[in-house]
Amino acid sequence: MITGKAHKYGDNIDTDVIIPARYCTSFHIEELAPHCLEDLDPDFVKKVSEGDILVTGENFGCGSSRENAPIAIKGAGISCVVAKSFARIFYRNAINIALPIFENREFVDITDTGDWIKVDLKKGFIENETKGKRFKISLFPDIIQEIIECGGMIGFVKKRIEAKRKSKE
Amino acid sequence: MGKTLAEKILSEHADKEVKAGELVIVKVDVCLTQDGTGPLAVRQLQKLNMEKAANPDRTVLFLDHASPSPRRELSNDHMLLREFARKTGAQLSDIGDGVCHQVIFENYLNPGDVLIGADSHTCTGGAMCAFSTGMGSTDVAVGIALGKTWMKIPETFKIVVKGKFQKGVFSKDLILHIIGTIGADGATYKALEFCGETIENMPINERMTLSNMAVEAGAKAGLIASDDITKEFLISRGRGEKFREIKPDPDAEYEKELEFDVTNLEPTVSFPHTVDNTKPISQIKSVKIHQAYIGTCTNGRLEDLEIAAKILKGKKRHPDTRLIVVPASREIYKKALQKGILEILNDAGASINNPGCGPCVGVHQGVLGNGEACISSQNRNFKGRMGNPEGFIYLASPATVAASAIKGEIADPREFL
Repeated sequence: MITGKAHKYGDNIDTDVIIPARYCTSFHIEELAPHCLEDLDPDFVKKVSEGDILVTGENFGCGSSRENAPIAIKGAGISCVVAKSFARIFYRNAINIALPIFENREFVDITDTGDWIKVDLKKGFIENETKGKRFKISLFPDIIQEIIECGGMIGFVKKRIEAKRKSKE
Repeated sequence: MGKTLAEKILSEHADKEVKAGELVIVKVDVCLTQDGTGPLAVRQLQKLNMEKAANPDRTVLFLDHASPSPRRELSNDHMLLREFARKTGAQLSDIGDGVCHQVIFENYLNPGDVLIGADSHTCTGGAMCAFSTGMGSTDVAVGIALGKTWMKIPETFKIVVKGKFQKGVFSKDLILHIIGTIGADGATYKALEFCGETIENMPINERMTLSNMAVEAGAKAGLIASDDITKEFLISRGRGEKFREIKPDPDAEYEKELEFDVTNLEPTVSFPHTVDNTKPISQIKSVKIHQAYIGTCTNGRLEDLEIAAKILKGKKRHPDTRLIVVPASREIYKKALQKGILEILNDAGASINNPGCGPCVGVHQGVLGNGEACISSQNRNFKGRMGNPEGFIYLASPATVAASAIKGEIADPREFL
């Protein structure tokens, strides 16, 4: 279960805005996080409390393939991103570092910054408690759910390799 | 039921017949990373204790984004990548060799291949009729080590193009127009298939510009059937034997079909800060330009430099407009040198830099000042892209960039041709 405050932004937020290339000399979460979304909202990181939810419009994460983007978002304390739609490379990158993300247009439409949000990954719903509205979210395919549970792609591959090794023994 | 190009190529790599919508594991032929994304890929492989490449001959690590390195942190990253190549036998494309998408096309990619690259413009390879797509560092790291990746087979939009371009209008104008029409997320998760008489007659360099920008409409790939033009290119690169004709089946299923006629298409420009914010040149009123840039994986090829030279020959850049030229690869640099193109551009006042991404990534070689405007032949004009969120980026063809460099404001290249 994820709970937190909503931070809402608009459409077409690209990876150059999420984390500008000038900071992409680092993959350290603590070095990237302070600059997350700073070209869009210089105070973004200050406003976020650990566990908060980022709520955005269409085509979130479009642009470059930089994995620093979801790393910076996670580092800023965001526990989940809900958008009207995601760019595909960002979608994969978020899954690979175990940052849960969901698409739900109606939820985004009714949600305002500051609303209190609850996400239940197991039961597959997202609730705006402030507005008293609950929406279904489609559960991930098994393989993606497993990647997230393993803490990301690297954990997943490690587990698979380990399982293979054991089955050979 | 017939197959699209994406379904055809991916079926071969999944060892079974696949249809759009399926989630499958596919074999990967070629992998690339660049110096922005490569270091994380290498560190992920170190975490897995798997510092190896399944296909070292077709795994290529590029040092092109910050090349030569402007900062010590990046220099250290370059060291890490050189060391990984040395250890694993993977190929290294070092500083000055060129932009990953150009070099991979020149030297590695063949029709029917699957290429995954840790760079969003990996889709450029679609012009070779290879299923080429961008992913993040971790995905490509796993692809490098295991020679496999997971993928959802995309639905395809068929983009049918007809008509003949006017003089001074190019495939860059067409792709900007297409993205302006369908939107920056108009094809998210989809494959684009470019076809029709205009594409059939289009030279390979202009096809590459179309495929390169597929991702700017959100697409996963931008594919073009292989034909005699592809074959001639491969022969010119000494690997004619790798040619295969791949065409979609006549009864292939497309999610959408869109038609474009280029007969009356004008030079087109994307305004800040999104690629789909396009305007035809006739609707543009005096936009002052401080920096003009010709280069990148989108439009840094020989033909692009050639048309710029044709426009700039015997002329000078506007005194308030600096002009930066970056050939996309060492090969292109050499040919442009031999043909006297670089001399013409130099005489016109251009600053000619070594092959690589140049100022497009915003780390060096032309970072914008506050409030400055740049017109560029690159593919992306997001806020902050060229190193300064206070800068403004306009996207156009190399011809439009060259004309604008002369006039000091956005200008119609047709006046000069």
